[in-house]
Amino acid sequence: MNSSVKAVSDKLSAAPGGINWFKYASPQTFYPLAGRLIPLFAWPALLLFAVGLYVSFFVAPTDATQGDSYRIIFIHVPAAWMSMIIYLAMAFWCALGMIFNTRLSFMMSQALAPTGAIWTFLALWTGALWGKPTWGAWWVWDARLTSELILLFLYLGYMALVAAMDDPRRADRAGAVVAIVGAINVPIIYFSVKWWNTLHQGASVSMTSAPKMASIMLMGMLIMALAAWAYSIAVVLVRVRAIMLERERNTDWVAQMLENRP
Amino acid sequence: MLNILLAVIRRDLLLAWRRRTDVFTTLVFFVIVASLFPLGVGPEANLLRTMAPGVLWVSALLATLLSVTRLFAADYADGTLEQMLLSTEPLPLIVLGKVSAYWLVTGLPLVLLAPLLGVQFDLPQGAIGVLSLSLALGTPALSLLGGIGAALTLGLRGGGVLLALLILPLYVPILIFGAGAVGADAAGLGAGAHLLLLGASFLSALAISPWATAAALRIAME
Repeated sequence: MNSSVKAVSDKLSAAPGGINWFKYASPQTFYPLAGRLIPLFAWPALLLFAVGLYVSFFVAPTDATQGDSYRIIFIHVPAAWMSMIIYLAMAFWCALGMIFNTRLSFMMSQALAPTGAIWTFLALWTGALWGKPTWGAWWVWDARLTSELILLFLYLGYMALVAAMDDPRRADRAGAVVAIVGAINVPIIYFSVKWWNTLHQGASVSMTSAPKMASIMLMGMLIMALAAWAYSIAVVLVRVRAIMLERERNTDWVAQMLENRP
Repeated sequence: MLNILLAVIRRDLLLAWRRRTDVFTTLVFFVIVASLFPLGVGPEANLLRTMAPGVLWVSALLATLLSVTRLFAADYADGTLEQMLLSTEPLPLIVLGKVSAYWLVTGLPLVLLAPLLGVQFDLPQGAIGVLSLSLALGTPALSLLGGIGAALTLGLRGGGVLLALLILPLYVPILIFGAGAVGADAAGLGAGAHLLLLGASFLSALAISPWATAAALRIAME
């Protein structure tokens, strides 16, 4: 199996006149590229956050039924989106790393994990802050809340496993197995929790029954979501650069880069 | 193909038979944990009856978690595992054999003992039958998923706690369907849907986890 994968990757990298898909798969070439990309995401993130927060606090009107407490969705919804997308991205990089045996893929996945965990935590925290005035409880065993909590556990498990191994090669691959098995399980967990809730007591609260959103509110939320994307990409690139330097500290390219530094 | 599976099962069962106390500790742990709950929440029969499926299922889950660390540990320590990895027989099949033997030694006794604990919790007769059935379908899935975690944490410091962190989130669907089956039966809804989902979880675990465990073992022994 490995030889056929190798053949495919050789073909991809040796395609005459084609793009070399693997050029940036090496830390040596990706490090400067990531450095150039960071400001391209960091500055838009700052700008979008500023605009998004302005829209959500001053432009968007007060909600007729929920009052001002609804404004938490401007951070809550993007956080929840990011928490799920980043887990998928993590599993994607892990799968890529297992298939093509590229070091950088695993580094990307490890750089993504803390950001994903923070977003998950933030989604839970802001959800609790919103739930108290709206539902009258900090925590409800609602399907979404529960599956988000389990997602947080999956992130923590991945990070704990990677941190527990001293040999980075083993940590990479073992972490990848966990991330991929977890990704297969995420939909199963989500539906099981959903059915558990509906079969037991019936949904006492539902987010879908909320009145349709005004377009300016939706706009604010989308701006914040874009900001969250840009922020996540920038932060992950910064972190992956740090991981690259740490892992490759004994290689020539790091030594050369440090030498050329003024 | 079948020979190697049976050979591994026979070997592991023989080893377990030579060290009988290990089997009993898991079983006693299960009984003790389940017995602690009434002491904690009070002896009210109605409350205990509603809690019973969840309590027994969580106890079974913790008992599995506690014992599954031993699945590969002894073979890892004495070098047998290395020979298994070098063998020309497919590793997922060997893993399947080991997990099957492990379930026969730890899972099956739990299934057989559960009705007794169900009586302790004053479960009605029909619910006890469903409880046994749900455990019979669910514990193999617990063993299979536990195998992945055991292989991943092989030889790590603090492996036990790490194993819990890795595997417990994956156990959530099985716990929900398993305890839900008993709860639904007690509520008069019929346990069919839950049991079918539990069977589906078992089959998908059977399809995926021997390969994932084999991959994890190769990573651990690299």
